Amino acid sequence: MNRPLDGILVLEFAQYLAGPYAGLRLADLGARVIKIERPGTGDACRQLATKNLFVDGDSLVFHTINRNKESFAANLKDPKDLELVKRLIAKADVMTHNFRPGVMEKIGLDYESVSALNPRIVYGEVTGYGKEGPWRAKPGQDLLVQALSGLTWLTGNADDPPVPFGLAAADMICGTHLAQGILAALAARERTGRGSLVEVSLLESVLDLQFEVLTTHFNDGGQLPRRARYRNAHAYLGAPYGIYETKDGYIAIAMGSLTRLGELIGLPSLAEFDKDPADRFDKRNEIKLALAAQFKTRTTAEWLAVLEPADYWCADVFDYPRLLAHEGYRVLGMEQEVRRPNGATVRTLRCPIRIDGQRLYSDVAAPVLGNANQTLNEEPSDA
Amino acid sequence: MRPLEGITVVDFSQFLSGPSASLRLADLGARVIKVERPGTGDICRQLYVSNTFLDGESTVFLAINRNKESLALDLKNPEDRRHIEQLVARADIVMHNFRPGVMERLGLDYERVRAINPRVIYGVITGYGEEGPWRDKPGQDLLLQALSGLTWLSGNADDGPVPMGLSIVDIFAGAQLVQGLLACLIRRERTGQGGLVEVSMLESILDFQFEPLTVYFQDGGQLPQRTATNNAHAYLGAPYGIYQTADGYLALAMGRIPQLGELLGCPRLLDYTDPASWFDQRDEIKAILAEHLRTKPTADWLAVLEPADIWCAEVLDWKRLRAHEGYRVLGMEQTARRGDGFEHLTTRCPIRINGQRLYAGRGAPDVGEHNERILKELLS
Repeated sequence: MNRPLDGILVLEFAQYLAGPYAGLRLADLGARVIKIERPGTGDACRQLATKNLFVDGDSLVFHTINRNKESFAANLKDPKDLELVKRLIAKADVMTHNFRPGVMEKIGLDYESVSALNPRIVYGEVTGYGKEGPWRAKPGQDLLVQALSGLTWLTGNADDPPVPFGLAAADMICGTHLAQGILAALAARERTGRGSLVEVSLLESVLDLQFEVLTTHFNDGGQLPRRARYRNAHAYLGAPYGIYETKDGYIAIAMGSLTRLGELIGLPSLAEFDKDPADRFDKRNEIKLALAAQFKTRTTAEWLAVLEPADYWCADVFDYPRLLAHEGYRVLGMEQEVRRPNGATVRTLRCPIRIDGQRLYSDVAAPVLGNANQTLNEEPSDA
Repeated sequence: MRPLEGITVVDFSQFLSGPSASLRLADLGARVIKVERPGTGDICRQLYVSNTFLDGESTVFLAINRNKESLALDLKNPEDRRHIEQLVARADIVMHNFRPGVMERLGLDYERVRAINPRVIYGVITGYGEEGPWRDKPGQDLLLQALSGLTWLSGNADDGPVPMGLSIVDIFAGAQLVQGLLACLIRRERTGQGGLVEVSMLESILDFQFEPLTVYFQDGGQLPQRTATNNAHAYLGAPYGIYQTADGYLALAMGRIPQLGELLGCPRLLDYTDPASWFDQRDEIKAILAEHLRTKPTADWLAVLEPADIWCAEVLDWKRLRAHEGYRVLGMEQTARRGDGFEHLTTRCPIRINGQRLYAGRGAPDVGEHNERILKELLS
């Protein structure tokens, strides 16, 4: 099939997760993505393992984020290598990096220098906290950004300490913002002929992630978020919003009339709280306690059998094995296997976006360091 | 100049997932026309959170729909239908997040819109895709968190499922849609070809978990194991987590355990010399750290850890964050002003283009606020 970014060349100097996640998305949408890596060690993420899992010499995390890319090993401090990289830059459409402020200036690959070399290039930069202010030199690390941004006061119950999101949420969301900015700039370039500088930071991205709740905070007299005492799922939403334990598992209940819920689950007293709409929030602890006691009396399947036919918004709570076994997951075809030329394979997910009715699969595994050096050195410079 | 200037988006979507995508397109320069039902409009207008509403609308609606125009039309009324067709004929992007089948019934599905406008980029957000047993299930954020396995990653081992405390699925799905739409826009500029972009909330929140799911596929199907206390990531060893101090909380991301023992003056940590133990014995290490870090204020710990380049940070709430120079210097806040003059604070677009922050202080529209102007343009 023709993919929307066919013919676009991306040079990825970025390491770890945020920048490379954007690169992965561009690759799946059709771009050719070449990682520019330090000879010998490469992207530091190659050695950054979770649960100590490695495949064919590289961490599983690296494989997950860098599939469908090529690798060009070059020492940016060696003039000969730098010259080769500049030749690539001259024909590239996009480059990305996440070096700390000042590093690319020293090498001579900052936006201004690169733009002189290739005025059509879209230049993407990821920082932790922007390039100004007291945090500019602080490590741009996911958990630290979650901690500083106020995000940790939204999850968990009222008496819990701050609870972080249990995955690299700042990196992931920032990567989507980088890809968005790059794509918008590429679309503009088709009309203006000129490239652009696109800058994102983990902190600004996690603030944007909180834009709804922050806007509420800005306009409610500056009150801090108040997580519900029990079964909290959203500090700003009233009962029944939450996940409740049942006789054999859990059930998620979103929103809907309390009276109707009371009728369905045999708790008619809930109707009391529907008289004043403010009660849903103000008395949510009381309501949630009553709900928690009631939901414990039957199994999840029994409750779903009552609530789903009535179109009450609810769902079972799955772990990975139950999710993966369910037809609702299987029908999506989200899994794919990627493979290195030497036969090493990794099972992972595909791109979540469908284009022209097609799911975007790719079986190309993350590159061995420098796997494109030979090809690229042989390619004519005007290719 | 903004990158999407000259691009027109006709947005039929409601709530958060679709409208968060069109907000981004608007901030990047596109003109976004929100097509709403006359009278009530987007249901999100009435979705009050914590009983806070402003100028007759929910704060959530105001946050998501600034920088857009509103066109109130009844899709079932023949004259309004004609206007809609004229509008989509001129659109660059048409998007919606109705449940499967609704746009087909309204005669505004991709095939029909493409017949009117072959260059159109057509975007769809569903809850669970258009096939399979969940296709008609409500595409609601908490339900998607619950079904997708996401709730077993946050919180501690004994906590049961813990949802992430904001609409992460809506927002992440909206972000995916923007990427697909823009990629197709680039293709259209190069080849003239339109395109169909589909994302679902479920596929998006699975992608959000691509790291833990890939680990799950690889390690023989072991469930994510949150730590007993101070969990921040089911797959990372100690010290990764947030710890209480004498006067607040401290986030510790990475660091060799014996080195932390020396810096923090905690001899019990010196024994963990084998890096494998930092994962295998992380519960035990975290318990020691938690006990020790409670003995002094956050600032004291930062004063020894930061100079040693240990990745750490204090934990702020929004009040302290907003007072901090590191936040203020970003200029993330802006005032939005509505058509009736009402003003409120909100955040700006997080992306900077050519060194410029993208502010856009036009407030969310009233239902049908721009009918006259848009209809006049259609007639011209």
